[in-house]
Amino acid sequence: MTEAQAPRVRADYLAIADRIADGARVLDVGCGSGELLSLLRDLKRVDARGLELASELAGLALAKGLSVIQGDASEDLELFPNDSFDVAILSKTVQQMRQPAQILSELSRIAPEIIVSFQNQGRWTRRLSLIRTGRMSGAKAWHTDDMLHPCTAIDMVDLAGGLGLAVEAMAPVQGGEVGAFRQGGLARLNWYADEVILHLKRA
Amino acid sequence: MPPASFSFDAARPHPDQFRNPSIPHGGTQINVLQSNRAESPHPARLARGRLLCRHTARSAYNPLAMPDATRPTIDDLQRLRLGAPLELDCGTALDDVDIAYETWGKLNADRSNAVMICHALTGDQFPASTNPVTGRPAWWPRLVGPGLAIDTNRFFVIATNVLGGCMGSTGPASLAPDGKPWGVRFPVITIADMVRAQRALVEALGIDSLFAVIGGSMGGMQALEWATQVPEKVFAAVPIAVPARHSAQNIAFYEVGRQAIMADPDWQGGAYLEKGTRPGRGLAIARMAAHITYLSEVGLKRKFDRGLQDREAASFSFDADFQVESYLRHQGQSFVDRFDANSYLYVTRATDYFDLATAHGGRLADAFSGAGSRFCLFSFSSDWHYPPEETREITRALIAAGAEVSHIEIETDKGHDAFFLEEPGFEAALKGFLDASAGRRGLNGGPGGGQGEGLAE
Repeated sequence: MTEAQAPRVRADYLAIADRIADGARVLDVGCGSGELLSLLRDLKRVDARGLELASELAGLALAKGLSVIQGDASEDLELFPNDSFDVAILSKTVQQMRQPAQILSELSRIAPEIIVSFQNQGRWTRRLSLIRTGRMSGAKAWHTDDMLHPCTAIDMVDLAGGLGLAVEAMAPVQGGEVGAFRQGGLARLNWYADEVILHLKRA
Repeated sequence: MPPASFSFDAARPHPDQFRNPSIPHGGTQINVLQSNRAESPHPARLARGRLLCRHTARSAYNPLAMPDATRPTIDDLQRLRLGAPLELDCGTALDDVDIAYETWGKLNADRSNAVMICHALTGDQFPASTNPVTGRPAWWPRLVGPGLAIDTNRFFVIATNVLGGCMGSTGPASLAPDGKPWGVRFPVITIADMVRAQRALVEALGIDSLFAVIGGSMGGMQALEWATQVPEKVFAAVPIAVPARHSAQNIAFYEVGRQAIMADPDWQGGAYLEKGTRPGRGLAIARMAAHITYLSEVGLKRKFDRGLQDREAASFSFDADFQVESYLRHQGQSFVDRFDANSYLYVTRATDYFDLATAHGGRLADAFSGAGSRFCLFSFSSDWHYPPEETREITRALIAAGAEVSHIEIETDKGHDAFFLEEPGFEAALKGFLDASAGRRGLNGGPGGGQGEGLAE
């Protein structure tokens, strides 16, 4: 495979990989076809495990040599022993879960660190769009979007705090580019970030 | 073990109860035989085998003997006499146990690339080549072979006929010490006993630990049993379409089958081999009943619906008007040609007694405590014989035990038998798992994971 043909690795995946220690035990909840996990395995030699609801996607991840359990995270997470992982990842899945608080709470029991990425409804363009048009923004119609729980960056940090999770660092994702990770500046992030990556640690 | 009697005790129905005149007695001739054994045994292994044990050619009563003189008989199949009596769960020990087996590929210098394939209820030791006795083609041709998921260029693949089976391993059709066929005097065996016999064979072949144990249905039970009996000797386990225990419904269906066999007057109280009869009607009905549970409602509808067999209208008789009837009768009849009725009693009983949790103090996760193996489980959405939720129960126990486990439920309408059929997603996922496991095991040519892109596309 030549350089030109190599698939472009998503910047948010590289940014997440950057936050993870070499050889860590990683659980990716909603791992899809295992794109992020195989990147972590190749770059960081992590012990990679995934959970994925869709059978076909889970099969693709398994075909990549990853350990994947196809099933419903809201039922399976409670089975994992305490601290069985170093890091848990929720890459653009938390807003699609039926019970985001329950998932975050279970993950904080299973792993001392959680990396969450999600869409930020607090972004000024979305606020403005709602005021101007009186309609929900988004690529999909509100009734077909699989995002069950839209929220802002402040909302998410608030929920995490209530579950005993502190923000270690956070970064904005904007047009495929990831900004710098910072510990503060939540209000500013909430105003302009399209997506947010939160690195949470058990307080 | 469950508090079982290790017998077929039950009120037996009146012999005439299950008479079915529509199924003719006796066998039909099976098509021309391809008697080429796929590969000759590895010479080094054979030499070692001779040192450790006796390869036997003891003449056993052959219940499936065919008149065709060009066809090898069961006695011609490769087998190994275990060096010590086999201790059974029922409390007795069995002397002079033969285990028939086949192998493909080569054992590497480290003896670390052995894969045990365990067959399902009525399967045999021929997943990757034609059974020379029955002429039936390989039963896992899509999975076992050069370059396939279970790659015979890379792995040394072993398949046995289970203890209690009828394709060369010691079972109820073998001769007892008194020179007569065992019949129902044969001790009732369990899945654990089958695995003990396989372990003895593997040891005799000079192999200390297996790279992988793979099997579906009853073969999946054996894979689970291996991984719990000797977790340190199983690097990777692949139980497919399997529950942690036989359900009441499973036991019920198999009991119908056993009663059908025992109700056939030709069963002769189990002594039909001595009396020169064969309980073909009973065995065919047993197979028909069980076979329904291996399919699915949607699959049956897709395949047959209410289609009529070679006729324009219903005949207002008990002929096989419907295609599904004709199909089932064929399934029953062709089964009679290749399987021993008493053996069917024993293997179904072994699955009935399978209950992994009870055998480990009642908590399934405890069965896997200290499990060192990597697990990969598969289930099939339309399987109602061993429903996917039951396989998932095993996965949940493995998670709780802290084991490394993968599990995919394959979407299919092919029912329980899906694991024998074309399921590209299943094949690609299994290949990915085995490739990655081989890399971890340090097997030569191992891609170390990350391979398999393109396989599922």
